Amino acid sequence: MKPMFIRPKGLTSVNQRYCPGCGHGIVHRLIGELLVEMDVREKTVGIAPVGCSVFADEYFNCDMIQVPHGRACAVATGIKRARPECFVFSYQGDGDLAAIGTAETIHAAARNENISVIFINNAIYGMTGGQLAPTTLPGMKSTTSVKGRDIAKQGYPIKVVELINALDGPIYLERTTVHTPKDIIKTKKALKTAFNYQLQNKGFSLIEVLSMCPTGWGVTPVQAKKWINDVMMKYYPVGEVRNRGKEEKK
Amino acid sequence: MAAKELMYGNHAIVEGVIAAGCRFFAGYPITPQNEVPEYMSIRMNEVGGVFLQTESELAAINMLFGAAATGARVMTSSSSPGISLMQEGLSYIAGSDIPVLVVNVVRGGPGLGNIAPAQSDYFQSTRGGGHGDYYTIVLAPNSAQELFEFPKLAFELAEKYRVPAVILADGLLGQIMEPIVFSFKPVDPKNLPPQDWWLTGCQGRERRVVRSYDLKPGKLEEWNWRRNERFQAIIKNEQRHEAIQCDDAEVVVVAYGTSARVSAAGIKMARDKGIKAGLFRPISLWPFPAVALNAIAKRAKNILVVEMSLGQMIEDVKLAIECRVPVYFHGRPGGGIPTTQEICDKLISLPRGAK
Repeated sequence: MKPMFIRPKGLTSVNQRYCPGCGHGIVHRLIGELLVEMDVREKTVGIAPVGCSVFADEYFNCDMIQVPHGRACAVATGIKRARPECFVFSYQGDGDLAAIGTAETIHAAARNENISVIFINNAIYGMTGGQLAPTTLPGMKSTTSVKGRDIAKQGYPIKVVELINALDGPIYLERTTVHTPKDIIKTKKALKTAFNYQLQNKGFSLIEVLSMCPTGWGVTPVQAKKWINDVMMKYYPVGEVRNRGKEEKK
Repeated sequence: MAAKELMYGNHAIVEGVIAAGCRFFAGYPITPQNEVPEYMSIRMNEVGGVFLQTESELAAINMLFGAAATGARVMTSSSSPGISLMQEGLSYIAGSDIPVLVVNVVRGGPGLGNIAPAQSDYFQSTRGGGHGDYYTIVLAPNSAQELFEFPKLAFELAEKYRVPAVILADGLLGQIMEPIVFSFKPVDPKNLPPQDWWLTGCQGRERRVVRSYDLKPGKLEEWNWRRNERFQAIIKNEQRHEAIQCDDAEVVVVAYGTSARVSAAGIKMARDKGIKAGLFRPISLWPFPAVALNAIAKRAKNILVVEMSLGQMIEDVKLAIECRVPVYFHGRPGGGIPTTQEICDKLISLPRGAK
């Protein structure tokens, strides 16, 4: 009998500690599958951030480094420049990439570092208990904006792929979501495109993935998926923002 | 004998780093060490290394973290305010047991301070600098020749014990121009033996993880104790110093780097006036050469600590000599440099025959 659903070899056998309904496990699986399908696992150095996915160094079945909060793109730069033969990806949340690590992210993109950045946007700080994130939507409640994000006081969320699209450097920028099976498949395709560009030495890719955080949002997993569809995607439209590789082919 | 070449201190560092087999530099401009990245950008290009001018010192130290984790010999250079920014990364690097080299061409502080030579980063350098229990190996050169030679020593020690190494220079040493001798055979980085912690991709082996955290109860404590074994081995094995005219000295001047250069001249002036003075120059600031200084203090009547600060190393001096003799201080903070006359006068003014 052929098993239809197995843990990909790109993930370790460690049980992930993510909450029920969280999107991290889905994206981890997609990456784990691609590491094997694209035959890069054995030359990969992956980067775990600070945040809920800090334990990613236990989950991905490849060489891993856990780095200071926000500095993943700088560490990735160091790894890739020192060992260009390695496949390098960073996996970061919104606090990590879009708040404390904004400078490292933008400058790695501007330099067009040949790395793949996976950016999980769940609009909240999950690990620390649901505080306001740089991506928290206007009016959205968090433990540090209990009446909802007040634009007058806390300003606007950061649209990361659009922000980075202002730079000449990157090869590929796309925003996806993982709240439906169809979108999960699209996310995998986007990740594969990004990984391929790195293998072709084309440079910096960033995939922003809208991801559920039922715990941080105070909703059920089903409500969380609905919220992405009804609210989050309106503020953060999914789709390809830039694909220089495709333009080159034309 | 190898050929001599007249060279700036800041250029001597670069030649020393490259001769030591380092092919990865990341750094952010800051005075008074700008000649390091400028010259490095040319030399790394010539030797096929990596030169990265970064968006910040935060990025620089983290680029080092990544590159060093793959087994590369890596270095950055900065000056005091920039080194402060690097402390977060250094703590993670120390916590991950990764060897790197950081050169601090110290300037006056605190805050933006000034761009004059100073030694006021002694505490920061010798007490770890960032959060958590750790030390960095700290070497203090006092000539262009040592600026050339210490990077190799620093890499070897950092790799042997898997701790970050710091070379503590100052703006004067960076700008000094002296003959240097290319005193050792350049290291070919390709010949560095692979280590069992390098992240290179897991082909043909189990995957490896570099990290500084462990949340399992008791595990981090265990890890810290194990790391402490290496710290204790460093304290035991790696104390370095230079003692000049200490054998008959009634007063021993303790000074490092530029202060030691000035003190040596001040001691000569005092000797001409009949003061039996000697110089004890710590070369490793951490580990502090406590054993040798304690032995010398047994023979001396007074100790004079000279620093370009409000007095930081003096605490290590007092700890080292176990209150055997009085310890006096002459300091110049905020970018001040002591003069030879000041030191001579101070030596003459010290009470004699206290012992």
